[in-house]
Amino acid sequence: MRQTTIKTAGLHLLLILCILIISMPVILALIISTQTEAQVLSYPPGLVPGSNAVHNYVTAWTSVDLGRMMLNSTIIAFGVIIGKISMSLLAAFAFTHFNFKGKKLLFGLVLVTLLLPVPVRIVALFDIIRRLHWIDTYAGLMVPFWASATSIFILIQRFRTVPSELVDASKIDGCTPMQYFFKVLLPLIRSTLGALVVINFIYIWNQYLWPLMATNTKEMRVVQIGIKMLMSTESSNNWGVIMAGVIITMIPPLLIFIVMQESFMKGFALQSEK
Amino acid sequence: MRQSTFNNKFLPYILLLPTMFILVVFLFYPAIETFRLSFFKVHPWTGATRFAGFYNFIKIFSNPEYLHSFVLSAMFAFAVIGLGLFFSLLIAILLNQKIAGIRFYRTFLIWPYALSPAIAGALFNFLFNPANGVLCYFTGYRSWLTDGRTAILVVIIAAVWKNLGYNVIFYLTALRNVPQAALESASIDGAGAIKRFFYITFAFLSPTSFFLFVMNTTYAYFATFGLIDVLTEGGPAGSTRILIYHLYKDFFVHSKTGYAAAESLVLFTLVVGITFLQFQTSEKKVHYQ
Repeated sequence: MRQTTIKTAGLHLLLILCILIISMPVILALIISTQTEAQVLSYPPGLVPGSNAVHNYVTAWTSVDLGRMMLNSTIIAFGVIIGKISMSLLAAFAFTHFNFKGKKLLFGLVLVTLLLPVPVRIVALFDIIRRLHWIDTYAGLMVPFWASATSIFILIQRFRTVPSELVDASKIDGCTPMQYFFKVLLPLIRSTLGALVVINFIYIWNQYLWPLMATNTKEMRVVQIGIKMLMSTESSNNWGVIMAGVIITMIPPLLIFIVMQESFMKGFALQSEK
Repeated sequence: MRQSTFNNKFLPYILLLPTMFILVVFLFYPAIETFRLSFFKVHPWTGATRFAGFYNFIKIFSNPEYLHSFVLSAMFAFAVIGLGLFFSLLIAILLNQKIAGIRFYRTFLIWPYALSPAIAGALFNFLFNPANGVLCYFTGYRSWLTDGRTAILVVIIAAVWKNLGYNVIFYLTALRNVPQAALESASIDGAGAIKRFFYITFAFLSPTSFFLFVMNTTYAYFATFGLIDVLTEGGPAGSTRILIYHLYKDFFVHSKTGYAAAESLVLFTLVVGITFLQFQTSEKKVHYQ
């Protein structure tokens, strides 16, 4: 009995230690984001909160127009999520609920896209976006991401676990395929949809290379590029302001992740079963 | 299990049309066009092309900087995968114990998953900055980011840290699916905890490990671009310039479209190789399920 108590206490201690190590960079960023420039530059570094939080956060927000970038990133994230998830739902429905000529070929085409991440086709992709006059537009940042093998696979996995008696029953009731899709199938897979929203929000919000290339004007920049801009604007190593900017930009994905964590955990692992 | 299907001749094609349209225009066409361009000389301003055979490939592979970047990327990926999988498995094992408050611990151990590579870059840039970086102070060494030999270590640590949450999630799910009966019967046969872990748990984890190996390879090769751009910009003196950063510079900064296209094809070959490996190993997966 005594031995297990010690073991449990040790385990708690170990877990807390892990949390502290993993969270350390962000805890320090939080502390620094409240310090004045003098406090930040003190050596040895002072690790207590300062009095300059309001000033730092306001400066970070205004100096590179972080508000506009947050808006852009939000619009793009939801634009991609809505387009990608609706298109993937239809495709996964076609692959699991119909037999048709060329099914294997079309599925193969979807499969092959796993071999074509953005960096592999970036040279010509950039050229297409330029010829479409989509540089510095939301379309250029959203439309190329609407088709997704990963989302289709996750949905196929989920659709396969839905009992096929439901299809038979709705056929007897005279349901059309689309009625079955909207009234029976969609309500059943809510937690998977939740997982897809979380995965894709974080993926798009955190994207860097493509937005860096596909935008030039300040008005169209996204938050991730904003971090880099903040670091070059605040050149005198004004880490208080930079860390304030970093904290602001990490809040939306963290909120979505924590709020939707349960459905995310349920759906996320479907990925490894493709 | 066989799924009951609807009978409709045209509907499935209509359902697939939007996805296929995007795939053709924004994935297949640009990929093929990029590969085509890798065999052409492209004028930096006019965009005029002239067939050049293997010229671009010969040029990039006779550039010592590119070769360095090639080897660096492989070592970087190796370190990120090895350290990443090791530490995430340790954390997942800790999280798989039956103690109070485990949900709380789980949340706070996987949350860096939601952070971006660029944010990881900014955080570690601060922690290791030579003027007053906290970790420079505690290690008594200021040149972490200004010395190429240690800058790559900082990039590795930052990259592992950022992806830890992702790996833990998959290992944790896999650990929960290890059949208890197998562990119990091994225990009855007298196998100790360590033996049980290596002979049984480890075997059941191998499909997940392979999956994570593939995902972490693409992470290390591609997704760390933002991290490197914010943390070191590939420097000092190219010591952290992995292939994707090299490609970006050649294409976007130096307008060497032909070289960049050839570099894309090199990266594509790599992705194909790794994916092939995944398909080979996913055969084994069947035995465990």
